Amino acid sequence: MRQRSMVILTAVLTTGALTLTACGSRDNSGDSKGDKKTEIIIGVDAPLTGQNSATGLGIQGGVQIAVDDANKNNTVPGVTFKVQALDDKAIPASGQANATQLVQDDKVLGVVGPLNSGVATQMQQVFDTAGLVEISPSNTAPELTQGKNWQTAKSRPFKTYFRTATTDALQGGFAAEYAYSTLKKRKVFVVDDKQTYGAGLAKLFKAGFTKSGGKVAGEDHVNTGDTDFSALVTKIKNAKADLVYYGGQYDESEKLTKQLKDGGVKIPLFGGDGMFTPTYIETAGKTSEGDLVTSVGQPVDSLPSAADFIKKYKASGLKGDYGTYGGYSYDAATAIIKAIGAVVKDGKIPDGARAKIVAEVQKTKFDGIAGPVSFDEFGDTTNKQLTVYQVVDGKWKAVKSGTFNG
Amino acid sequence: MNTLPQQLANGLFLGSMYGLIAIGYTMVYGIVQLINFAHGEIFMTGGFGALSVYLYVLPNGTSMWIALPAMLIGGGIVSVLIAVGAERFAYRPLRGAPRLAPLITAIGLSLALQQIVFNTYPDAKTDITFPQLPFGPLHIGSVSIQSGSVFVIVAAPLCMAALALFVSLSRTGRAMQATAQDPDTAQLMGIDTNRIIVIAFAIGGFFAAVAAVAYGLRYGTVKYDMGFQMGLKAFTAAVLGGIGNIYGAMIGGLVLGLAETMATSYIDGIPGMQQLGGGGWSSVWAFVLLILVLLFRPQGLVGERVADRA
Repeated sequence: MRQRSMVILTAVLTTGALTLTACGSRDNSGDSKGDKKTEIIIGVDAPLTGQNSATGLGIQGGVQIAVDDANKNNTVPGVTFKVQALDDKAIPASGQANATQLVQDDKVLGVVGPLNSGVATQMQQVFDTAGLVEISPSNTAPELTQGKNWQTAKSRPFKTYFRTATTDALQGGFAAEYAYSTLKKRKVFVVDDKQTYGAGLAKLFKAGFTKSGGKVAGEDHVNTGDTDFSALVTKIKNAKADLVYYGGQYDESEKLTKQLKDGGVKIPLFGGDGMFTPTYIETAGKTSEGDLVTSVGQPVDSLPSAADFIKKYKASGLKGDYGTYGGYSYDAATAIIKAIGAVVKDGKIPDGARAKIVAEVQKTKFDGIAGPVSFDEFGDTTNKQLTVYQVVDGKWKAVKSGTFNG
Repeated sequence: MNTLPQQLANGLFLGSMYGLIAIGYTMVYGIVQLINFAHGEIFMTGGFGALSVYLYVLPNGTSMWIALPAMLIGGGIVSVLIAVGAERFAYRPLRGAPRLAPLITAIGLSLALQQIVFNTYPDAKTDITFPQLPFGPLHIGSVSIQSGSVFVIVAAPLCMAALALFVSLSRTGRAMQATAQDPDTAQLMGIDTNRIIVIAFAIGGFFAAVAAVAYGLRYGTVKYDMGFQMGLKAFTAAVLGGIGNIYGAMIGGLVLGLAETMATSYIDGIPGMQQLGGGGWSSVWAFVLLILVLLFRPQGLVGERVADRA
């Protein structure tokens, strides 16, 4: 009896495995009959579910509109572009698995993403080995382009990696300058979520703030996924700080700011672009009033060049928040499409196309919807604009834009 | 400013919530020796049930004072139905099976419930705003209590007292004690053990729903994965207090809540310990406490009264 069930089990498993293999190979071969145009895929990797998904869906939407535009205008003759969006759930290991999947598909000639710096660290090597170009619209950790020792000796680790966002090296300092000079804050309590992005931001804010003459009243760390910050709130209250700086994402900070204000600590929370989403205000409600963030670039809503993009986004019914990175995602995808246009002629993909596209992206120079797009020798954007936003009457309002060079 | 009273209060609120959820783990374990790992998700569905009542059943703009009881009942119904359904369809068929089978089923059920809410509930992919009680923080001396915490500090002792009375005084309660001590003999004495088991799941489910409403009021949001961390902590609380003992669950919850709060606030003040303190380390210290307690009192703080069970 026992042996027979083992036999059945083995048979079922074998059949299952064979069926799955069959499915796999059918998918990869693709069907090229009918349409004469060559199909080229622009990959997207971002968190599409779970934490950070509002921002992640905005990246997917931005790329989708860029691709729709390219197809409509026939930007690259003989080529139809398609978006393949993969969900990394903001988990580095998922990002790496997605990267592996994307490089295996010969039709993928460029990737936009990821959203999170921590995820990017696990993807860069995969793309570099395959020679596939990757442009992130939102990664802000300096070491991604300038190497581990970026503070002392910059060196570019991966030549296939580019970004249209500027770095935390500027965001933290820009925030510190604003907090000290404009808000006239002198005692800050610094909190971070221990992630690459959050801890980096907090460290740079602290450095900038103390250099200006401000004092750090206290420091603490939280875990991603934490919900109860009551003990931390009491600590902040006791430290008598006049500002809280938070390095991390909106998932924790929206709860922190609510518990802070409910706990009777009426001081603003200042953070980075990870908090810059409507979800933050929705969740924290009135308690978010007066809170501040810095974000890269200029507000996409205020740029005349992006008006058309916003109209299309709203009309398309795409989900997610285009406000933060939608414009940069559009520009990133456009940079890839333009590079493909220079390499792929009459729908024929030449040998070594991926390497040629990387070289073309390096030479990128055009006016994007979020500002001029070009990359320096590290793959960083040359458009180093930043903006401070504040919650005013339940909406993010740009209060100061400027350039900052450290 | 002396922060100790405030921090003790913070720990108490957090711990009461852990305790309410821990009751569900401990009651089920006490009667059928099953660790119901899906209990965290039963807690989560209670929160979504209560939210649905507010959003879709009650007319817009209903005062929270009227809405709150309705939400408690709605969330309670959802949690109880899911808890009882889980017992009937997932655990009862495996009652005689080796211990590992229902445990794996529980983990599977937990994932399934999470994914069902994630995929079907509107906008459940991120945090959903939960309605708030319409009054500001209360101040008692140097301690300020947020409106959301008032609910848990009232509801948890009430629930606990009601449960204690029910278990010690009512016929069904005594039947439960008998079943926990020896299910076979209890059945021979004419107790319908299946009914007792269903009641244990139902009470655990209702308490989880109360905790979920408390969670929503306190943190302002509910989320499809909120049951994971809370469930894990509550399970820890149940073990800390002595799994199988309802008073142990409540005490374990309070001790765990206080330990986390104290670890966040005071450990980094000890010279040489800056690196090991703060919010990032609170769970580490909570589990260090658990290990220490289990080293010296393997039966937990309060301990299960029936010591001779294998």
